[in-house]
Amino acid sequence: MSAAQWRKAMNAGAAAQGWPRQRRAASAPAGAARAEAPAPYADQDAPRWLKWIWERVAARHVFVLAFVLVYPLVATPFFTFQIGAQSLALGLIALSLTFLSGYGGMISLAQMTVAGIAGYMVAILGVSGTAEISLGWPWWVVVPLAIAIATVCGTLIGWLSVRTEGIYTIMITLAIGVAFHYLALQNYSVFNGFQGLQKVYAPTVLGVNWGEPLPFYFLALACALGGYFLVQYLVRTPFGIALQGVRDNPRRMNALGFNVTAHRVAAYAVAGFIAAVGGVLFVWYNSLITPGSIGTSWLINILIIAVLGGMRHPIGPFLGAIVFVLLQNFAIDVFARERFNLVIGGVFLAIVLFSPDGLLGLWAAFRARFANADARSRISPPRPSGRT
Amino acid sequence: MSRFWKWFWGIAIGGPIAVFVVWALASNERLFLVTLLNGLTLASLYFIVAAGFTLVFGLMRNVNLAHGSLYILGGYLGYVVAEQTGFWLVALAAGFLVAAIVGLAMQVSIFRFMQGEDLRQTMVTIGLSIVIADLLLWTFGGQVHQLSPPAWLDGPLRGIPVINAYSKYRLALLPLGIAIGVLLWLFLNRTRVGMLIRAGVDDRGMLSASGVNVNLVFAITFAIGAGLAGFGGVIGAVELSMVPGEDVRLLLASLVVVIVGGMGSVVGAAIGAAILGVAETFGLAYAPTYSVVFTFVILVLVLAFRPRGILGRPA
Repeated sequence: MSAAQWRKAMNAGAAAQGWPRQRRAASAPAGAARAEAPAPYADQDAPRWLKWIWERVAARHVFVLAFVLVYPLVATPFFTFQIGAQSLALGLIALSLTFLSGYGGMISLAQMTVAGIAGYMVAILGVSGTAEISLGWPWWVVVPLAIAIATVCGTLIGWLSVRTEGIYTIMITLAIGVAFHYLALQNYSVFNGFQGLQKVYAPTVLGVNWGEPLPFYFLALACALGGYFLVQYLVRTPFGIALQGVRDNPRRMNALGFNVTAHRVAAYAVAGFIAAVGGVLFVWYNSLITPGSIGTSWLINILIIAVLGGMRHPIGPFLGAIVFVLLQNFAIDVFARERFNLVIGGVFLAIVLFSPDGLLGLWAAFRARFANADARSRISPPRPSGRT
Repeated sequence: MSRFWKWFWGIAIGGPIAVFVVWALASNERLFLVTLLNGLTLASLYFIVAAGFTLVFGLMRNVNLAHGSLYILGGYLGYVVAEQTGFWLVALAAGFLVAAIVGLAMQVSIFRFMQGEDLRQTMVTIGLSIVIADLLLWTFGGQVHQLSPPAWLDGPLRGIPVINAYSKYRLALLPLGIAIGVLLWLFLNRTRVGMLIRAGVDDRGMLSASGVNVNLVFAITFAIGAGLAGFGGVIGAVELSMVPGEDVRLLLASLVVVIVGGMGSVVGAAIGAAILGVAETFGLAYAPTYSVVFTFVILVLVLAFRPRGILGRPA
């Protein structure tokens, strides 16, 4: 990659790849510098936060936000809980992989393992059906502790796997994930073996039972939005920009004086935190955790969700999760119920073969077909996670 | 690494192992020897499967995560063929051939068009493995398929000192694994195709520039690698039995073997398989709850000190 290409990649990466308004915002160095530059707005006296919102919020953002807020009020509890909340929880776990892979260039299959560790910690430290194992601590100790432990584990997994690159990372994280699955399967004193831990319910706080469909949906939505904006914010910080530089060319970043390993491990820590929050939600959603829920098929399902949606933008994993959950619940009615793997495997194969950027890639291609030549020039951002 | 650290780690790792061997031999000689034999015979199955994996990776940088699916495909087909014909050797050949043909089809129809896109190829193999596993589950159901060994290898071999009796079939796996290793070595080092493959491992572009049809070399390698997986599947159908989920188990074993041994090296695969097979069976025999932890500790140790595996070279 030439120097010019690389600079372009850095700038494009900073703008979260190809969304017009955001690119305009990020091309200015910083907020302070922008204030001196001639602003493109007629009303110069508007407060800065209003301009900030005006720059970033488009009609589709308002539309999506309104939709996710109104959706549970009109949908049946089944759609709110099984489809909506599950998509949000799975999307959050897949978001951690999108962050790692789309912005850090590292594909880790162990993100579900991190989520599973958080789920197991919630079950072991909190209340579950197996009283001999669960410690029964209150939720406000359990949840932060579970997230902290899982984040530490995610960081350790990252520390091990950043020694490798590209496809090696996939293999090592897969091996780690499967090893933890077998550990949970074979160990009865802590993980309760094959049965896992049942009856892990969301707590009742402030008089609201957060396990009910509607409160749980909003809890998941709040976490998902938090994760989404965390990633959106992080990829513009100096850390996020440097991380994308590491993705595109680690040797150059090293030569520029950046600590490549530290950036990668930090990315794993952030991803571990996001996955841990998703894991806590997912264990409450299922109200149980078993070795099966961190088995190979789930490790790969998270990859499927992330790839299905597209790894260019943090909205991708949520799109992928919606498609995945819908397929899981409805597409199998067309075929036999137990042929779900065939359907999801086939869809995944089709996406990987024909649209490597997932649904977001399809959307970009769709827009390019109907938009003018200006839009055409934006839809070819640098490949994420490609080796240089 | 300085001489001091070599000694330090040699003692730190070798010391506990030596103590364990002495203790195990003193307390129960027979258990130790049987476990060792079990470990080595399992290692020979691992080697056969992982050798194909490492061969494909070494040349094409293609991590074929559908390798476990090819293994189980070979196993099921071997089962069907053995039921129909009654000859285990025919089943062995059929397992090899069918897996090789499926691998060839994968290479010719898909991977040829994504040369150099490692991650995309890997994802395609993940998709393929899901589809193949589900198709096999559909065809053969979830129950256990166990292939019986041929009559001349059935039953135990008696009269061995200390151990008394040991399964003939498992014992036969040991020379078989060694023979396959030697054949593979001869093929890679003494034949023209083998030389082309090794040249491709070292420098694909240069090989292509010297007028060799690289696509043909790739296709042959992929067919052999896939075929070895199917061959291993028929062997494993007798030794371990066939159930859905075995594909993942063998895939994991292959991954660990090649990570420990070093990607792309057949000798590395042999070393990795020996370490993994022995560690796994000793774990099962002496500390059943934590057997998988041993595998993991080995992986971590190797990664910490030799990130590219024992015999790995920089890519």
